[in-house]
Amino acid sequence: MDFMVFQYPMITIQACLDGILLGVLFALIAYGMALQWGVMNIINIAQGDLVILGGYIAYFMYLYGIHPAWGVIVSPIIMYFVGVGIYKLVINKVVDRDLFISILATFGISILFMQLMNFAFGADVVLANSGYGTTFLFDSNVVLPNSKIFSAFISILFAICLVIYMKKSKLGRAIRATAQNARAAKILGVDTEKVYAATFGINAALCGVAGALISITFTIHPYMGLPYTIRSFMIVIVAGLGNLPGVAMSGMGLGVFEEFADYILGTEFRIGAVFLLLVLILVYRRFKLSRKREYLK
Amino acid sequence: MNKNIILYIGILIFGLVAPFIFPAFKVQLSILCVLIVLALTWNIQGGEMGYNTFGNILFYGLGMYLCASVQVGMFFPLAEWTESGGEKTFVHTPAQFFQGMAVGLVVAAIIPTIIAGLIGYAILGLRGHYFAICTLGLGVAAGEISGGIEIIGAGQGFTTPPFPDVGGLEARGEFFYLLSFGALVLTFITVRAIYSTRFKLILNAIRDNEDKAEAMGIETMKYKIIGWMISAFFCGLAGGIMGGLVGYIDSTDVAFDGREMGVFMVLMAILGGKGTLWGPVIGATVFHIFKEGFWTFFLGWQYVALGVLIVVIVIYFPEGIMGWLREKYPERFGEVIDEADRKAQVELK
Repeated sequence: MDFMVFQYPMITIQACLDGILLGVLFALIAYGMALQWGVMNIINIAQGDLVILGGYIAYFMYLYGIHPAWGVIVSPIIMYFVGVGIYKLVINKVVDRDLFISILATFGISILFMQLMNFAFGADVVLANSGYGTTFLFDSNVVLPNSKIFSAFISILFAICLVIYMKKSKLGRAIRATAQNARAAKILGVDTEKVYAATFGINAALCGVAGALISITFTIHPYMGLPYTIRSFMIVIVAGLGNLPGVAMSGMGLGVFEEFADYILGTEFRIGAVFLLLVLILVYRRFKLSRKREYLK
Repeated sequence: MNKNIILYIGILIFGLVAPFIFPAFKVQLSILCVLIVLALTWNIQGGEMGYNTFGNILFYGLGMYLCASVQVGMFFPLAEWTESGGEKTFVHTPAQFFQGMAVGLVVAAIIPTIIAGLIGYAILGLRGHYFAICTLGLGVAAGEISGGIEIIGAGQGFTTPPFPDVGGLEARGEFFYLLSFGALVLTFITVRAIYSTRFKLILNAIRDNEDKAEAMGIETMKYKIIGWMISAFFCGLAGGIMGGLVGYIDSTDVAFDGREMGVFMVLMAILGGKGTLWGPVIGATVFHIFKEGFWTFFLGWQYVALGVLIVVIVIYFPEGIMGWLREKYPERFGEVIDEADRKAQVELK
C-alpha cells in the first residue's frame, strides 16, 4: 500500500491523464462489445484476443518497416474479415441459443486464438515503437507520451465515425432494427444473417483499431486478452446497452481506477483489482436490484 | 436395484485394484479421480441448479494453497519455506508429513466451504450470464491476487512438502491414488445421496424456473448456498490432494488455473451430459483419455485442440454422452414410450 499518490498532486494529475487516455481505448473495445451484445445477444469472451490479434498486425507492419500507425487503417480491414470468418464458422450456430453457450463457445475461441498467436508470434511481450516522442507538462512533472494522445484521438475519431455510420447508412439502420426486434426486421426484409455477420465484423474491426493503438502505446502479449474482455464487459454493464456517453464515461472511469490501483496497490495487483472490481460492481447491482425483488437481466 | 449394487461393488473393487494392475498409470488415475470429483461438483451447479459457474476453481485453488500451507506451517515457519524455494532447508519426517496432510486436507475442505457460504449470498443472487462472468472474474482475481502474496510464494510458486522416504515412488503413487480415490468415493456417495432426496428436486426447480420455485415457498437462496457449499467442500478437498500430487503450486498455472482446470470441469460435465449422476463420471473419463493422448502425441498443440474441442462440444454436442444415450435408448432411463404416439409424431413430421 502506497498512498504517496495523493500527497503529490503531480502524480495524481499524471494518473488521471494516463487513466483517461487509456480509458478511451477501453471504451472503444466496450463499444464493440455493446454492439454485438445488443444486436446478437451474445457475450464474446474472445473480444480481448481479437484486440491482441489486431495489435499483432500493427506490430508486424512495424517489423517490416512500415510505420505502425498505418496499422490503424490496415488492422481493422483484416480484422473485419477475421470477424466475419469467425461468425460464419462458429457464432452463427450460437446466436439463438442460451447465452452460456455463447460464453463457452467464445471461451473456446479465445483459448484457440491465444495458443495460435503464441505459436505464430512467440510468447514475448512486444510493442511497436511509433517514435512520436513525449509531451512534458507542468515543468516536466507530468509526462505524456504523444502516442497515447494520438491513440485517444484516433479512438474518438473512429467512435464518432461509427456512430454517424450507424445513424445514417442503410446497414446501420438494418443493424439497429435487428437489435430492436430481429423477427420484425426479418419480416420487413432485412437479411438478419448478413446483419449479424456485419455486426460481428464491425466489432472485430473495432477491436483491430484498438489493438493497433494498444500495440503502439502499451505492450501486447498473446495471453493478455482476457483482461480486455472483462474490462469491456464491466464497462457495458455499468453503462448499459446502447448508452454511448455512458460507455465513454465509464471507460475513462475504469482507466483512472486502474492507474490509481496501479499506484496504490502495486503493479502486480493491477489485473486482480480489475477483476475484483467486476465482482464488486455485479454484487452491488445485485443488492440494489434485490431491494425491488428484481435481478440483473 | 440389486444389479446396481453389484455394479457399484464391482467398480469399487476395480478402483481399489486398478493401480496394482496398471502400475504405470498411477498418477494418471489419481488425476482422473480428481477430475471426476471436479466434474461431479460442477454438475451440482451447472447441471442440476442451472447456475453455470466458472468459479469453482476458486475453491480448488484455495484448497490447494491451504493444504500445503498447513502441512508446512504446522511444523516449520512458512515464510522461510517458501523463500527457500526448491532447496529444502526443512525435511518432514514421515509422521509429520502424514499428520500435516490429514490436518491440511480437513482445513482445505472446511475453509472453502465457509468462504462459499459467506460469498454465496452475494454471488448467487446473480443469474444466468452475469453469474457466469462474475464467477469467472472471481477465479481470475483470486489467481492474480495470490500471485502477489509473498508468504505463499508469490510469482515463483510454492513447493509442497516432498513425500517422505518410505517406499519410494511406488508408495507415493499408491498413497495419492488411494487418497484421491477415497475423495472420489466420498464425493460420489454424497452426490448420489443428495440426488435421491428432495434437495435435488429443489435444485431442479431452481433451474427450471427460479421465480416460480420461490413463489411455491422454497427458500431458493438457502438451497443455492448449500449446494455451493457442498461443491466447495469437495473442490477444496480435490485441490488439496492435487497440490500434494503435483508437488508444486503456481498461482495462475496450477491453483487458480481458470484456463485449464476451470474450463475442464465445465467441459467434462457437458461432455458427459449435465444434470445426470453418471454423466460427469463418463465425461471426465473420456475427456481425460482424450486429453492425455493429445497431450502426449501432439505436444504444443494441446490448447489448440482444447479450443476446438470446446467449440465442437458446445455447438454440436450440448446434451453430452448421457443425453445421446437417453435419446437412443429411452427405455433404459425409465422413460415409457407410447408406440402409437411416437408413430403419430413421426407421421406428423
